[in-house]
Amino acid sequence: MSTRVAPAFAAGPTDAAGGLDPAARSGYADHPPRMGFFTDTSVCIGCKACEVACKEWNKVPEDGLELTGMSYDNTGSLSASTWRHVAFIEQIVRAGDSRWLMSSDVCKHCTEAACLDVCPTGALMRSEFGTVVIQDDVCNGCGYCVSACPFGVVGRRETDGGAHKCTLCYDRIGDGLTPACAKACPTESIQFGPLDELRERAQGRLRELHDAGTPQARLYGEDPADGVGGAGAFFLLLDEPEVYGLPPDPVVTTRDLPRMWRHVATAAAALAAAALLSGLGQRS
Amino acid sequence: MAEAHPVGFQWVMEAKKRGAKIIHVDPRFTRTSAHADVHVPIRAGADIAFVGGIINYVLTNEKYFRDYMLAYTNAATILTDEYADTEDLDGVFSGLDRERRVYEWDSWRYESDAVRPAAGERSPDLTGAQLLQVRRSGRGEAQGSGGAKAEPRPHTDPTLQHPRCVLQILKRHFARYTPQVVAEVAGVPEQLLRQVCELVTENSGPDRTTAFVYSLGWTQHTVGVQYIRTAAILQALLGNMGRPGGGIMALRGHASIQGSTDIPTLFDMLPGYLPMPHQYGNDNLDAYIAAETVEKGFWANTRDYMVSLLKAYWGDAATQDNDFCYGYLPRLTGSHSTYETVLEQLNGRCTGYFLLGQNPAVGSANARMQRLGMASLDWLVVRDFSLIESATWWQNGPEIETGELRTEEIKTEVFFLPAAAHTEKDGSFTNTQRMLQWHHTAVEPAGDSRSDLWFMFHLGRRIRQKLAEAGRGASAPPEGVASADEWNRPVLDLTWDYPVRGPLDEPAAEVVLAEINGWSSDGTPLSSYTQLNADGSTACGCWIYCGVYAGGVNQAARRKPGTEQNWVANEWGWAWPANRRVLYNRASADPDGRPWSQRKALVWWDAGQGKWTGHDVPDFIADRPPDYRPAEDATGVEAISGTDAFIMQADGKAWLFAPAGLVDGPLPAHYEPQESPFVNLLYGQQHNPVREIITHRDNRYQPSGAEPGSDVFPYVTTTYRLTEHHTAGGMSRFLPYLAELQPAFFCEVSPELAAERGLEHAGWATIVTARSAIEARVLVTERMRPLQVGGRVVHQVGLPWHWGPNGLTTGDAANELVHLSLDPNVHIQEDKAMACDIRAGRRPRGPALRDLVREYQQRAGITAQTGTEE
Repeated sequence: MSTRVAPAFAAGPTDAAGGLDPAARSGYADHPPRMGFFTDTSVCIGCKACEVACKEWNKVPEDGLELTGMSYDNTGSLSASTWRHVAFIEQIVRAGDSRWLMSSDVCKHCTEAACLDVCPTGALMRSEFGTVVIQDDVCNGCGYCVSACPFGVVGRRETDGGAHKCTLCYDRIGDGLTPACAKACPTESIQFGPLDELRERAQGRLRELHDAGTPQARLYGEDPADGVGGAGAFFLLLDEPEVYGLPPDPVVTTRDLPRMWRHVATAAAALAAAALLSGLGQRS
Repeated sequence: MAEAHPVGFQWVMEAKKRGAKIIHVDPRFTRTSAHADVHVPIRAGADIAFVGGIINYVLTNEKYFRDYMLAYTNAATILTDEYADTEDLDGVFSGLDRERRVYEWDSWRYESDAVRPAAGERSPDLTGAQLLQVRRSGRGEAQGSGGAKAEPRPHTDPTLQHPRCVLQILKRHFARYTPQVVAEVAGVPEQLLRQVCELVTENSGPDRTTAFVYSLGWTQHTVGVQYIRTAAILQALLGNMGRPGGGIMALRGHASIQGSTDIPTLFDMLPGYLPMPHQYGNDNLDAYIAAETVEKGFWANTRDYMVSLLKAYWGDAATQDNDFCYGYLPRLTGSHSTYETVLEQLNGRCTGYFLLGQNPAVGSANARMQRLGMASLDWLVVRDFSLIESATWWQNGPEIETGELRTEEIKTEVFFLPAAAHTEKDGSFTNTQRMLQWHHTAVEPAGDSRSDLWFMFHLGRRIRQKLAEAGRGASAPPEGVASADEWNRPVLDLTWDYPVRGPLDEPAAEVVLAEINGWSSDGTPLSSYTQLNADGSTACGCWIYCGVYAGGVNQAARRKPGTEQNWVANEWGWAWPANRRVLYNRASADPDGRPWSQRKALVWWDAGQGKWTGHDVPDFIADRPPDYRPAEDATGVEAISGTDAFIMQADGKAWLFAPAGLVDGPLPAHYEPQESPFVNLLYGQQHNPVREIITHRDNRYQPSGAEPGSDVFPYVTTTYRLTEHHTAGGMSRFLPYLAELQPAFFCEVSPELAAERGLEHAGWATIVTARSAIEARVLVTERMRPLQVGGRVVHQVGLPWHWGPNGLTTGDAANELVHLSLDPNVHIQEDKAMACDIRAGRRPRGPALRDLVREYQQRAGITAQTGTEE
């Protein structure tokens, strides 16, 4: 595993697993448990039912009819019009154990969500479930969130100019329904539930795989101590994150902002002082 | 299975979680292989050699489940001395009539004291030509619920030593399927075969069971039925039939294809696997019953099933006096499979065609011939969700582009009628485990869309109305029919009185289900096929479905969760026959009626209660004790002994050796596909000698093996499906969310083949056979592996077959390449193993396309005779 970036977040309420409780920090005094996804890629069969169910429920438009040549992945990446993306990685060995890795990627619903931090209109909001949701009718299409996301999840759709991404089916989970992708998944590769329960389950599955002789298995995004304060949607991977196109050490892009502002302020003060001094010098 | 049946594959993943080992045999490394413990890359078309190798291992090392085999299979049964095996005749069985390309199968009989039937035929009056026609009808599918005719009480040798007992015959037959030969023929290395043999046998026996799952990769061959037979022999030897976790699962090509064989859309059967009457030998009901009834077991009651079916069809009009309207049934005059129908279209004898949810213009073998056939029709009705190629070939089909057809010259009148989806109608699906599950209308169909039931019912209603109004003499009856009225009677006398509901006059599907279930003369729903009578007092639309509406309740609509019942879950849906979930489950107990092991207990004999009981509904006569032995002269159900677990079989046994029921041999033998770059290394006989050949200028075959010109088509090709698409694409290519997931027709090749032929990844390739040439994008992938076969490297080309010219994603149809040479039992085409050439770049456009195909034909020296030799 790569070294962890030390958390640099302000102190605040914590959830059961010891991580920060984003809903409480956002002002929900009495709120349901934080909900999330655990995507166990070791049982993903690459059927892409998650991609289709997501688009059906959320009315996300078709996203291009191009053959990519990247194994069976013709989706390419997450974008404004792709909220679930199944990656296919061929690791074929002519003499030995071949693997064809499949993994359904999704918005991580970070504890420290940069997209939310940078949104100037308040279109991005934290829900009572601790998830991160874009409100279409508030979004002005500025695109700050697009560049702020350390995972490249958010995109702007050309047809309506707005930013779009996974809502963790905010309009389903409020009614006690499972998000569309998890509901459609035939092998329970995508599991939905209270985050602390999922984390426990994931640890169990990880032990199971390690005991069964799969030492490469690892969790990704489950650690509240990571650069985004832990993800609300985390994964069990069978290889390095880079193999799946995931950043090995994601860091909330707004982490350094306070420090940057301090530097800017210092620099500005220095400039002002210099200007002042130079002005004084001229006069003299 | 993950590829074509992802929803069903969840249970494989579940089994894997519980420790099951998954073996996947496929030419390609697929999404299934990705989750298998062992992937066996195989040369397409060599599976009988591969499974034959496992059988040889089992026999040689005595790994069979001896007690099971002895009690429940025909291993001990002795054959007559007339039988000659492929071992004696260099690859063919006794009885081959080479001139007429049929087997006389009398010599495959069991030895017994019974008097030998005249010339082995049930109707001694038939002439040779008539007999040939009956045999060519090949009603093999009638064996779908078990039981061809055979000697009910054959001689046996329980010591299994008699040289003519089935086990000894089997040993001789499979002795040549050695690991070395399997490696040579199938390209499966010896140690890999060994690994599979050990995994399968270690996981079979009293405590453990192994299941086989196959799909169209096994059926679509000129020896397709024998592929399944090979697995059946292995599973019977290992004791894996009739037991939980065992069996052979056929994953069908569509939802409810099992239902469409139970209540058939096939030409050669009536509901419940009753054979369709033939022109010869089935003149009246008595003759039919005499010819088609077996002496022992539940098929002995054929008359009950048939009369009840006729009563369901013709109601009060069907009486004892008029043979229950048996004469109204159509007659077979040969094979009338979908492919012969195309020939009849081209010959001008078939002039009208209904396509209900079928897209032969791209979805059937030799697609060009399919379209040319449709272009010869007077009228064509297409019912589908969208404008599929079968509805538009006259406008934008490939023949318009090549100039072979001109729209203004096509006389076919094409009607397109939009169809309702399963969410827009009531009805049932029958899955591969024979389980019916009911679905209810969620929304009414939009616009002009209507259900198939609506269409059929109202079409019938209007036709009947027109015939009734037209009356006597309105249209001239055919020769030999006294009057128009007589000619119209079979249609006018039909019971056609289903109630309709709602604004669309939708017929009540549950009433149809109730009719299928059957009722007594006072309308009381029946609860079991044992209640059916031959005196006309019961009506039943499909005897094996009797009980699905027991008590007037739609049993198929039951949805009790698995958590609220035992693990067999008998209260979810309903399975035929009699809601049994595991067929022949008497075999899950030993001959004395005790489970073979507690771990694998399913049903057992309860001596205290004097009946069979268990987790599942026992597939046996409920109160027949294990020690029951029938009297010498017992017949029918009375003749089933307490250990005859396979109650639908003429001798009560699972057939290692099939003395009847198959038209191409009592045992499987490896034959090369119709088109193969290889000679048959196992026998002097190259192909299945009785495969169906269709000689037509649009269906030229390629040379094979050592024949000159064979090297023009040096590669093996196979077709298959992708998760993202559905069959011929009518339900996926037109939907944006599916089309974008696999947006182009592609072929899959290994890096080695790509290098050999200069194919570029994501570029274009042209694939050529003697029928046509198609173009596809190229996926170069290590998942395609060159194999060592016959002392050289063979490359295989993978072709997903979903595409056609219409829809959001378009492409050539792989079916353009496929020939029509058919399995003689079930008339299925051989898409799964062919030979082809592949070259870089796109195919020619316009008339130049046919020129390219002609050039290939000339280079390979192809004539009308090529490939037609036996």
